[in-house]
Amino acid sequence: MSEAYDIIVVGGGPAGLAAGIYGSRSRLKTVILQKGRPGGQAATTEELENYPGFPRGTTGPGLMEAMAKHAESFGTEISNEEVVELDLDGEIKVVKTKSGKDYSSKSVILAPGAAPRTLNIKGEQELRGKGVSYCATCDADFFEELDVVVVGNGDAAVEEAMYLTKFAETVTIIVIHDEGILDCNKVSAEKAFANPKIKWVWNSVLQEIKGDGIVESVVLKNIKTGELSEMETNGVFFFVGTVPKTDILKEKVELNEHGYIITNDRMETSVPGVYAAGDARDKYLRQVITAASDGAIAAFAAEKYLAEEEGFKVQVLNEAKPVMVAFWAPQVEASLAAVSQLEKIADQLGDSVKLVKIDTYRNERVAKRYGIEEIPSLLFFNRGKVAAKITGTFSQQAVIDQINSLKE
Amino acid sequence: MKEVDKKTFEDEVLKAEGLVMVDFWSPKCEPCKELMPYVAELAEKYDGKAKFCKLNTAGNRRLSISQKVMGLPTIAFYKNGEKIAELTQDITIDDVEAKLNELL
Repeated sequence: MSEAYDIIVVGGGPAGLAAGIYGSRSRLKTVILQKGRPGGQAATTEELENYPGFPRGTTGPGLMEAMAKHAESFGTEISNEEVVELDLDGEIKVVKTKSGKDYSSKSVILAPGAAPRTLNIKGEQELRGKGVSYCATCDADFFEELDVVVVGNGDAAVEEAMYLTKFAETVTIIVIHDEGILDCNKVSAEKAFANPKIKWVWNSVLQEIKGDGIVESVVLKNIKTGELSEMETNGVFFFVGTVPKTDILKEKVELNEHGYIITNDRMETSVPGVYAAGDARDKYLRQVITAASDGAIAAFAAEKYLAEEEGFKVQVLNEAKPVMVAFWAPQVEASLAAVSQLEKIADQLGDSVKLVKIDTYRNERVAKRYGIEEIPSLLFFNRGKVAAKITGTFSQQAVIDQINSLKE
Repeated sequence: MKEVDKKTFEDEVLKAEGLVMVDFWSPKCEPCKELMPYVAELAEKYDGKAKFCKLNTAGNRRLSISQKVMGLPTIAFYKNGEKIAELTQDITIDDVEAKLNELL
């Protein structure tokens, strides 16, 4: 059972939802495959203060629900499906899901996102759900009138610590740096320093979490002195970065050494027709706004790709008569002359041959696929296949001879 | 699925006969809400073989902590008044079904 789409988006966080909005608004048949509810990591953070246009006025889940509705309003389908296998190499890409369904399309946008990193310290795994948590909005209200520690000092750590102070009696942030130094943004740092419920432990890391069936204490290690100390607490929240959810993409598209997907600034991956967006991409800043931006660019690039591929197919590959494909570029003088020369030849030969011009400045992909290294170059297609190639400038006679030999 | 709370937990879960599965959740827990429709399907599929309950931890915090549940989502299995197994966080419905089959 296979359903054909123009764009399959893998993942329904802000990157995937923005791709859905841009894709379906361009009248492309777009489906988002998302395990469970859409929203990604953004749906697990209550306080979202930096998404433009929503000054303190929205929450993570609220904004994500609005994005999902927005995408659906333009016709994006959002299917509750877990992707288990991808076949991306052919012209038609196939995405298999756990429910046993196959989705096929001409382009794919990968937006699988990232998940919280675990440190695997002693007690962390055993006491998950027993006071060890990675999601403040999920678990904060268990800790009313209790004491918790937060591990980490980036944006997520400090902002989630602030959220936790609404519930917990004290929130102690364990920071690896010297006193006063945090990795988070300045506004959050100032707010946190001014919050009487927040306490700080500097130059320290978490060594162990102890407890009999429920968190009772943590062992801290001062990295300057090597000294160990035990501190009573009821909960431990980890916000120590994320890891990309790209296990199923290994060997499918190029990843960096940490597993993030490598793209260019058009969100193109190493595979033609396959794009990546959001936190799983190798990039400088991972935020809701940059995820949405990636999604918009990826969908726009996919739309161009589909149009170019379709155009080339109709004009060249499916054409019954011989086709001359001229590769030119606006900045190469010789190629401009070559094109006007070819136009004259095509006029002379009349209906028996067709001329297609490809601006390699705008459409690199087709040139790359046919190994065009020099501009101008000329390819002769006969019934969808390359029959001959002329590289560089050419004489009128050489072109006419080539066409005549194709007609025989 | 039967909704239980601090007033009914003892009768419905601890004093119940046979296997009881309890889905601990709260309205703020997105992963819980993701999982819940599948848990409901499972409850229908295994209807009669085990008892299926859900517990909203908001408003039942003390009860949850007394059951050593301090993280969501958590799915706990009870038999003869004792907790015999538990799955917590990063749970897939396949994990739940596998555990259920193991205990039945």
